[in-house]
Amino acid sequence: MLRRFPLLLVFCVFLAACGPVWNDPYPASDQGHNIMYSAFTDRPKHLDPVQSYSEDEATFLYQIYEPPLQYHYLKRPYTLVPGSAAAMPVVRRYDEAGHELPESAPASQVAKSVYEIRIRPGILYQPHPALARRADGALHYAALSATDLKDVRRLGDFAETGTRELEAGDFVHQIKRLAHPRMHSPIFELIAEYLPGLKTLQKALAEEAARTSGALDLERHTVPGIEIVDRYTYRITLKGAYPQFMYWLSMPFFAPVPPEADRFYEQPGMAERNLTLDWWPIGTGPYMLSENNPNARMVLARNPNFRGESFPCEGEPGDREAGLLADCGKTMPFIDEVVFTREREGIPYWNKFLQGYYDASGVSSDNFDQAVTMTSQGEVSLSDEMREQGIELLTSVSPSIFYLGFNMLDSVVGAGAGAEGQARARKLRQAISVALDMDEFVSIFLNGRGVTAMHPIPPGIFGAREGEAGINPVVYEWRDGHAVRRSKDVARRLLAEAGYPDGRDVKTGEPLILNLDTTPGGLGDKARSDWLAKQFRELGVQFVVRATDYNRFQDKIREGNAQLFFFGWNADYPDPENMLFLLHGAQAKVKESGQNAANYVNPEYDHLFENMKSMPDGPERQVVIDRMVAILQHDAPWIFGFHPKAYSLQHGWVLNRKTGSMVRNTLKYQRIDVERRDAARAQWNRPIVWPLVLVGLLAAAAIAPAFVHYRRRERATALGGGR
Amino acid sequence: MFAYVLRRLLYALPILIGVNLVTFALFFVVNSPDDMARMQLGVKRVTPEAIERWKVERGYDRPLFFNAGVQGRGQVTETIFFQKSLRMFAFDFGRADDGRDIAQEMRDRMGPSLALALPTFVLGLFASVTFALILVFFRASYLDFWGVVLCVAMMSISSLFYIIGGQWLVSKLWALVPISGYAPGLDAARFLVLPVAISVIAGVGSNARWYRTIFLEEISRDYVRTARAKGLSERVVLFRHVLKNAMIPILTGVVVVIPLLFMGSLLVESFFGIPGLGSYTIDAINAQDFAVVRAMVYIGSVLYIIGLILTDISYTLVDPRVRLE
Repeated sequence: MLRRFPLLLVFCVFLAACGPVWNDPYPASDQGHNIMYSAFTDRPKHLDPVQSYSEDEATFLYQIYEPPLQYHYLKRPYTLVPGSAAAMPVVRRYDEAGHELPESAPASQVAKSVYEIRIRPGILYQPHPALARRADGALHYAALSATDLKDVRRLGDFAETGTRELEAGDFVHQIKRLAHPRMHSPIFELIAEYLPGLKTLQKALAEEAARTSGALDLERHTVPGIEIVDRYTYRITLKGAYPQFMYWLSMPFFAPVPPEADRFYEQPGMAERNLTLDWWPIGTGPYMLSENNPNARMVLARNPNFRGESFPCEGEPGDREAGLLADCGKTMPFIDEVVFTREREGIPYWNKFLQGYYDASGVSSDNFDQAVTMTSQGEVSLSDEMREQGIELLTSVSPSIFYLGFNMLDSVVGAGAGAEGQARARKLRQAISVALDMDEFVSIFLNGRGVTAMHPIPPGIFGAREGEAGINPVVYEWRDGHAVRRSKDVARRLLAEAGYPDGRDVKTGEPLILNLDTTPGGLGDKARSDWLAKQFRELGVQFVVRATDYNRFQDKIREGNAQLFFFGWNADYPDPENMLFLLHGAQAKVKESGQNAANYVNPEYDHLFENMKSMPDGPERQVVIDRMVAILQHDAPWIFGFHPKAYSLQHGWVLNRKTGSMVRNTLKYQRIDVERRDAARAQWNRPIVWPLVLVGLLAAAAIAPAFVHYRRRERATALGGGR
Repeated sequence: MFAYVLRRLLYALPILIGVNLVTFALFFVVNSPDDMARMQLGVKRVTPEAIERWKVERGYDRPLFFNAGVQGRGQVTETIFFQKSLRMFAFDFGRADDGRDIAQEMRDRMGPSLALALPTFVLGLFASVTFALILVFFRASYLDFWGVVLCVAMMSISSLFYIIGGQWLVSKLWALVPISGYAPGLDAARFLVLPVAISVIAGVGSNARWYRTIFLEEISRDYVRTARAKGLSERVVLFRHVLKNAMIPILTGVVVVIPLLFMGSLLVESFFGIPGLGSYTIDAINAQDFAVVRAMVYIGSVLYIIGLILTDISYTLVDPRVRLE
């Protein structure tokens, strides 16, 4: 017994650590605490607000940093409201002569736009060693030596932390950081078009960086177009008119960063310890990153210095009934800590959600049938199993599009010779647009999780029309109050008009061969390729899939060597400009290295785009957008595939959750009914011990005959006794 | 023996240079520095100027192997291969393309990998050898027959099935241990029980069969017959004499993998959410992060060479006739 004592002790420790349920992946000390549990699949690459530009990173960054503006949590269409700004920025526009222009002045007259932003006084940064000061006011950790850093491995190893009030200069500092040559901000080129002073700054900084490998002091530089008015006000002067700049002001690219943070992290020895702003953010938002182990878990803890913010009291119709206004006026955030655990695989993620160890989950294709049932009318509802667990389903159409693009530089589907050739190519594109049944595609390959696109603008964004006015008349017709896809006969007729009756070139008799350029594992997957081939076969057209790795695929797109290709775009902000620019001639991929992968150029469309992008939302803008959409539908440079539908599941104890891809600082609004969660977890995860006993008995049953055999053999004699 | 080990270490140098060269060539056949830059900067709104700046800053603007633009030694030294590879021989891996220190990352991930791999290795070896010896003990009986059938069945099942089935049965249905996750210190035990058990079970079929074959060959030798003739029990013959003499083929397969335990297990770590080194290389390949790929391949090669040397040394410990000269 004494020899077995250590084993018994380990077993007791093991069971004690398990708590009332044995399979709880969290420490027993977490129980009853106001913690939200979530998961992430891919590790964030950048947490520096000047570099970060992906959804995975936004999950963390938007809770930590507070840009001047934010989206209203509940209102739809998406509405910008002040974030760290005290009010919406005052925008003044001036002509070449310096005269102020009225708001209705056309963009062509605007020489510069001045944004004056006043921030809320009294906002404090999270506790951070970069802001710790000595009694004499000097920064505590401004001149760290190798000895000081000897035992430092993580940010928590610094004994002192401090804070200070947010100032306008911090926003200006961050805008300068966009031009930092070592930070490679993805939006630098775009913003520098409107803020040319940034290009000058980058040139100066690049020269400085070439001379020294040390830190670059941004404070020494002034940038024309960015100025600090007073302690709480700063001013940005843009070249020309760029109304979409307001949306950029809601992103972390324009969130404040204190210069002390750069000075702190740029000291020798810090980067070698992974102590960088890219790893340990410093913000004024409701949460701060308290644990950063992107291989296992990341933890956001409540920022004790957060000023508090009131839960909104207005929303869209239906929000009150959904209980989303129940916390109206209450101080946010509601949750103390958010634990993100890395789950690389879908199966453990899904099972832990069902066990109650994650508060919310997406719906993947693997578990779609378990989670969701579809009626014959295509309506979606939760399965009985989910409903019994009190799980709720939230759906929303993402501001994204997946499309099949035609390379307009291609001699067959794009640029035909002369007006006649172009007309033929257009008819061919229209024929394929009609023939490829994207409704069926969404139904088969996405379990219905998508809305067939009629044009590039996703529903919910200004410019997207609904009903009869919103259909693509080339592909659909309006019948009995519904959009009905035109028949294959229409496609065949268009194909014949294009010079390919029954899929053969009318002049040469050669079969028409179309090539889809794709990446393996993407939309070139066997089943999808077979489906596409079947659609083309119905027109008599031969279809070839040219699968290459991702890099070669991108090369083909860049060099204009693809013919047909699947592509997608997630909107940066809810403005039609951010979707329609994907077909703007100035963005052509081959000629301009832009985002127009189809290399579509139409002078009338380009002209309308230039006008539309600076217009305020209203009937006039809608008329321009309608014309632009009509041009696209007629020219068919894309098959407007689908807008994905986001499906999200949440347990009943998660409150105030509303989907909407544009709103990313969502954690502060959400609330958890902890008691209900603990009760559900205990009920769903009662350990079943009898299989352990059964395994023991089976082992004994297996060993017994072996033991008998052994004894018999050991007792056997040469004369056969004992056998 | 010292001279032998030193000679083997010197032999390792050209091997490591070769491994470096092959890794470098294979990586850059598939990925160009432009591709790497695009992967880091993202596909949205990235401009040719931004790509050029990234390459210059990271030193990927140089030629791969030969720089015709300079004179003298610079033609070799002013290349990506030389600049990126030389430091590795001093185990200075530099930074990953996302700016993080690779050596620090390896140190952080090594612990969890070992926490999983070490018990799996020890228990797996113990279980396989014991099971094989039992089968040999009951050779030519129905226990041996059904034991071999069980081994064949176990080795025929995909390890993915063991993982998914084990998680569903033990964690989901019976709610005995967490499905996935990890915690430092003693608390790690409850996260490791299932992956270790599954790894051992998944490996025992093929290993036990292999060891059974070795033991069966060994028991037909003269010294075994002599031991039996002396009146030793079958248990003593097998566990004391046969096991010891069968060590050389066992050590050949076992010792070489000991250093590689640091590298972790891709599949098990991935499904059980263990933050080890197993997935580091795969993540790096997906992110086209050459610095990490190169460092991991290099470390893998070094550990493999160490494993081979340790194997040779271990022969001298189990067989006094072996001399390393």
